[in-house]
Amino acid sequence: MELTGAQILLESLTREGVKHIFGFPGGAVIDIYNEIPNYPVQHFLVRHEQGAVHAADGYARSTGKVGVCLVTSGPGATNTVTGIATAYMDSIPVVIFTGQVPTPLIGNDAFQEVDIVGITRPCTKHNYLVKDIKTLARTIKEAFYIASTGRPGPVLVDLPKDVMQTRTTYSYPESISLRSYNPNYIPNRKQVKKAARMISKAERPLIYAGGGVISSQASEIMSRLARRYSIPVTATLMGLGSFPGNDPLWLGMLGMHGTYAANMAVNNSDVLISVGARFDDRVTGKVNTFAPRAKIIHVDIDPTSIRKNVSVHIPIVSDCLNALQAMEEELDALGDVDWQAKHDSWIKTTSGWSSEHPLRYDEGKEFIKPQYVLEKIYEITKGEAIISTEVGQNQMWAAQFYRYHSPRTLLTSGGLGTMGYGFPAAIGAQVAHPDKLVIDIAGDGSIQMNIQEMATAMSYKLPVKIVILNNGYLGMVRQWQELFYNKNYCSTCLHLNPDFVKLAQAFGAEGYLVEKTEDVVPVLKKAFSSPLPCIIDIRVEPEENVYPMVPAGASLTEMLLV
Amino acid sequence: MRHVLSVLVENEPGVLSRVAGLFSGRGFNIDSLNVGPTLEQGVSLMTITTHGEEQIIEQIVKQLRKVVSIIKVVDLTDLKSVEREMVLLKVNADDAKRAEILRVVDIFRCKVVDVSTDEITLEVTGDQGKIQAIVNLLQRFGIKEFARTGTVALRRSMQL
Repeated sequence: MELTGAQILLESLTREGVKHIFGFPGGAVIDIYNEIPNYPVQHFLVRHEQGAVHAADGYARSTGKVGVCLVTSGPGATNTVTGIATAYMDSIPVVIFTGQVPTPLIGNDAFQEVDIVGITRPCTKHNYLVKDIKTLARTIKEAFYIASTGRPGPVLVDLPKDVMQTRTTYSYPESISLRSYNPNYIPNRKQVKKAARMISKAERPLIYAGGGVISSQASEIMSRLARRYSIPVTATLMGLGSFPGNDPLWLGMLGMHGTYAANMAVNNSDVLISVGARFDDRVTGKVNTFAPRAKIIHVDIDPTSIRKNVSVHIPIVSDCLNALQAMEEELDALGDVDWQAKHDSWIKTTSGWSSEHPLRYDEGKEFIKPQYVLEKIYEITKGEAIISTEVGQNQMWAAQFYRYHSPRTLLTSGGLGTMGYGFPAAIGAQVAHPDKLVIDIAGDGSIQMNIQEMATAMSYKLPVKIVILNNGYLGMVRQWQELFYNKNYCSTCLHLNPDFVKLAQAFGAEGYLVEKTEDVVPVLKKAFSSPLPCIIDIRVEPEENVYPMVPAGASLTEMLLV
Repeated sequence: MRHVLSVLVENEPGVLSRVAGLFSGRGFNIDSLNVGPTLEQGVSLMTITTHGEEQIIEQIVKQLRKVVSIIKVVDLTDLKSVEREMVLLKVNADDAKRAEILRVVDIFRCKVVDVSTDEITLEVTGDQGKIQAIVNLLQRFGIKEFARTGTVALRRSMQL
């Protein structure tokens, strides 16, 4: 069967089971767009290429499938870079197809030419320039394989226009193996045995879960392990949802804006079981005082994560799911132990910390408290919504005051911290989950970074809800300026915000303004039941801070509390 | 500490840039880097010398292994290995100096590969110590040009 490059691309996407792609056309990809109507793939036209990658990323995070986007050469390609780096830092499987000028023009500074493979080399898991149509099908197969296996990540495929127009015989490889790429899924049994023995001797064990638990679908087994062996659980921002936020063993998030209980537990635990996490600086604080009393077991599929920031006692390079399964077997083999009784006093200590210093805030007198808004969203949705966030204070309050019950219900840019991520990611999640309530928790600063995607949401009737915690500031930077820079609020005050209600209406969406605490719940309920995208502009306490807070570079125990 | 890494890579466009970018992006050091084809078509061997603390070297090796185009990474430092580097150097050699320079050539078992009325070009092969020694010796005559390949190395067959 002879097909053009464009047909090969779409045929291959179909074989990969891709149903939705996010993109924006241009000269270099017209041939591909010309074929889209002939294939069972739905294309979502975004309004900016960054939005396309974030949408594909939100689609991937909320489903576990590979997200796909398609953009043109030059500026279309460069606009994807922030989205790609976002996905890379958080290990999200996304495949990005970029158009490229025809091969004879490459290197000649042709119109809309850019070396996107060169530009994205450090922020993709791998990338390709397809110069020969004979390698196209195999390259697409490799791209999906690499993006979705091992530690997942974004893969970019650059497609010159002439390659899309040329014809060749098509055959799609059934399976693929690469001699230079063999992620290790199976744990070393000896290491697991050692870990199990260490856990069995522990008096104050603690599970520290990261995004790897979610991407390897290990949430269920991790929760079972925690309950069977009576081990309290904390998680990173990326790990929220891996363990039910309403479980008595749950201590909350750890790190810079982690709970008192979680940070104290890290500080006092004697065995720290890190699963699918990478000891990021926002988690550890000052590295040499992190978990000072603990022996550390570190499970991660990526060997580079191990001993990158913190030296560990038992490294286990493996898929989290397989490692935890093996761990359970080894713990069982140790015979009957009354784990509940063994860890009873430790559990009492950790829950004591939780009740001593729970997440709290002072009641608002004049203004609505942002934390209150999150608590109410949790109550109204019963924790069953998909929450995406922008970046900054809104993100931290969403991490603290909404309780995530299940994996893939929080979409947030953890590693790169990309403002403007939440809304397009919510669009991607809504495409994948048409019947779910998808809410973007935003700040008045962040939402302006990708607000153009409201046109996308409207075009495809995607009823995403944007809750703007509007404090008139770039709040997180303002908080740092208040605490560490003598309140020099340079360039963080947003004097001339648009009228967000009118802005929503201008797109044909619904807009609500909330200025009184008693209006929060009725307006949220109304907006959440609307079939349209909505902006709910909630005027919150302008100088509210996120607490607890560990100042950058300080130890986890040096928390500033409310 | 100095480490010599033997890195087998897929010989495809951009692979050198992937390796160089990894080192610069993560703040690792490259002291020398040599690349050449192997007997297997489509596969090249890079020999990278670098230095750093043990934890850094461990990261370098792991990060290299993570690059999809890299097939195999071996740290030769803890193994018995042979290391060589070749240098071409052009040294001032008027009639008065030539005899002395040729004596050095003899002692170091290097080769004269080009000669003119006032210059000699030498080919020197050896490990880093030998090359440093001959440079020290010839410096007083004036070394006019200097080109070196960077270290290449192979694991010894007998690991005693």
